[in-house]
Amino acid sequence: MLDQIVFAEHLVVMVLLTVLIILTLGIIYLKDLLAAVILSGLYSLVSAGIFVAMDAVDVAFTEAAVGAGISTIILLGALSFTKREQKPQKHNNIPALIIVCMTGALLVYGTLDMPYYGDPNSPANTHPKLAKHYLEKSKEEIDVPNVVTSVLASYRGYDTLGETAVVFTAAIGVLSLLGLRRRKRKEDPKLNEKQQRLQQNE
Amino acid sequence: MNQKLEQRHRVVQVVTKFLMPMILLFAFYVQFHGDFGPGGGFQAGVIFASVFILHGLIFGESRTRLVMPPGVLRILMSFGVLLYAGTGVLSLFLGGNYLDYSVLAQDPIHGQHWGIFVVELGVGITVAAVMVSLFYCFSSRRKTESSDDSEQEQGQKIEKDAL
Repeated sequence: MLDQIVFAEHLVVMVLLTVLIILTLGIIYLKDLLAAVILSGLYSLVSAGIFVAMDAVDVAFTEAAVGAGISTIILLGALSFTKREQKPQKHNNIPALIIVCMTGALLVYGTLDMPYYGDPNSPANTHPKLAKHYLEKSKEEIDVPNVVTSVLASYRGYDTLGETAVVFTAAIGVLSLLGLRRRKRKEDPKLNEKQQRLQQNE
Repeated sequence: MNQKLEQRHRVVQVVTKFLMPMILLFAFYVQFHGDFGPGGGFQAGVIFASVFILHGLIFGESRTRLVMPPGVLRILMSFGVLLYAGTGVLSLFLGGNYLDYSVLAQDPIHGQHWGIFVVELGVGITVAAVMVSLFYCFSSRRKTESSDDSEQEQGQKIEKDAL
């Protein structure tokens, strides 16, 4: 019975991964950028489904909220700054395609040595200070029912501090590029930018 | 013309005003129940920000800027990171290692609970402020220099201004 459940879970994950591949092909080949943005939101949603099928509910929650929600809205906002159609590509770059395919093949070859998915004898699962310690000692050391939170916030709290700093840095980056225009435009919103520049140069 | 467009969007506006407190409450639930179920700072921050983004989409971004000014958001962003890092420094002052929560209370387990609570709060505040700031940056319309389909853009601009 357990074998059938594991087989069904693997089948679901494989089907969803195939859907991901089809979505990616759609994003690459579509010329309409609005449809590409919507497909990328759908990509995040299917990824969240894959994470749920793999029993990683916290990650699925975050992926659905950030990827399918916020990221799509921000991409749509970014799309409002540019045109809606992608510029037609004039030529195909065959050497670049070959290099990318070779790099991808090398990466796939590199993953052949990694432990199997869910292998209980992998180094991450047998090391005395990692997964075993977190799962066994979390109850008596931290006493928080959700082990993901205890690992994220306590055992690996420094990494989460780094993640928060990364989010903060991303905001600083975007603000320094896009966020400072409002003050100048508020004085004369009717004038064209060029006219404003001419006036400032005078 | 403006009034007619407002009337056309009246249903959406009413429903949004009804839904916003419930989504906010759900964001607080996800934040503080991250210990017991899926959730935590990142998810809660994003859901909290989505309330303000929804308000901005329906009522116009200028009204959302009155409710949540960008200056306040900048302070909140930094405050979240400082809260997280400050908890670590506090553990240093109380005798433990950096981010060692066991020394934060009289009992190591209570210390861990308090530590996790405060750092998840810091993460949630930062993520929420960052997401709303990003929405403000990306939603302020401006005229682009190369406007080949400027008609479509102006049409969108008129619709956006009327909202």
